Amino acid sequence: MGHAFYIYTAYGLTTLIVAALVAWTWLDGRARQRELAALDAAGIRRRSARSPGETKA
Amino acid sequence: MSDNSLAITKLSDLANPTRFLALAARLIPWLACLTAVAFAVGLYLSFTTEGDYQQGETVRIMYVHVPAAWLSMMCYTVMAVSAIGTLVWRHPLADVSARCAAPLGAAFTLIALITGSLWGKPMWGTWWVWDARLTSVFILFLMYLGLIALNRSMDDPSKAARVGAVLILVGFVNIPIIKFSVEWWNTLHQPASVIRMDGPTIDAEFLRPLLVMAVAFTLLFFTLHIAAMRNEIWRRRVNAQRRLAARMAGREQ
Repeated sequence: MGHAFYIYTAYGLTTLIVAALVAWTWLDGRARQRELAALDAAGIRRRSARSPGETKA
Repeated sequence: MSDNSLAITKLSDLANPTRFLALAARLIPWLACLTAVAFAVGLYLSFTTEGDYQQGETVRIMYVHVPAAWLSMMCYTVMAVSAIGTLVWRHPLADVSARCAAPLGAAFTLIALITGSLWGKPMWGTWWVWDARLTSVFILFLMYLGLIALNRSMDDPSKAARVGAVLILVGFVNIPIIKFSVEWWNTLHQPASVIRMDGPTIDAEFLRPLLVMAVAFTLLFFTLHIAAMRNEIWRRRVNAQRRLAARMAGREQ
């Protein structure tokens, strides 16, 4: 095998691992944001985010 | 809470997760752009500079192998500092930081091992050898996997944080072993040629792309680390609010 095989495999696999990390972080963030939005829509908020008029849980 | 109270003036202000989220929202786009620019320049230099007179074109593998190997050790150091933050100052974000760094460290260590193997085959004639440097880095990889498994196997986050922090600090002994393994033992892996007391012994032609790629990898690490910490804070908020909702539902019945 020529040297090109080793070089491009090294760069290819590095790109693959980095892309997987970025995609995982990105998708995880979006999923958590959706969950927080769903809870907010259901009226469940953090104490600090509640308006003064809301009753204490 | 007014916007003014979210201003960050000292490091301890970051202990407030809401302040951290506000800072992360501002930092992440900038860091992501800087990372992309650094990688564009680094990759351009990596493929346009000359090959080595002995190693030929395979020297280009160094531009991903060496930064990934540095990052694998820096990431563990970040985790060790976070572990001290958990145990000594009980900083609420220290545990989030250590927990989120482990998968990143495992990924960078895997990149270092794979690219090292792909460089070793044409240059040393073997994919792998159990010498001190390669073995100690392989142990680092196993430690990252162990820490990820530990974090996922414990339901109580504060207990997982303390146990994890102790394990991280015990495992830190491996970092100087990795760094000095090439000096203490007779290894197939070459000794240090960039971070040395007497300055780098590597030619500027190779040093330039290497340093730019090292900056790019470091920026990538901090971008992903801050984003993963933000995700973890959101995950904990979701869990806390779900528990609250369950308690409220229980009371209504």
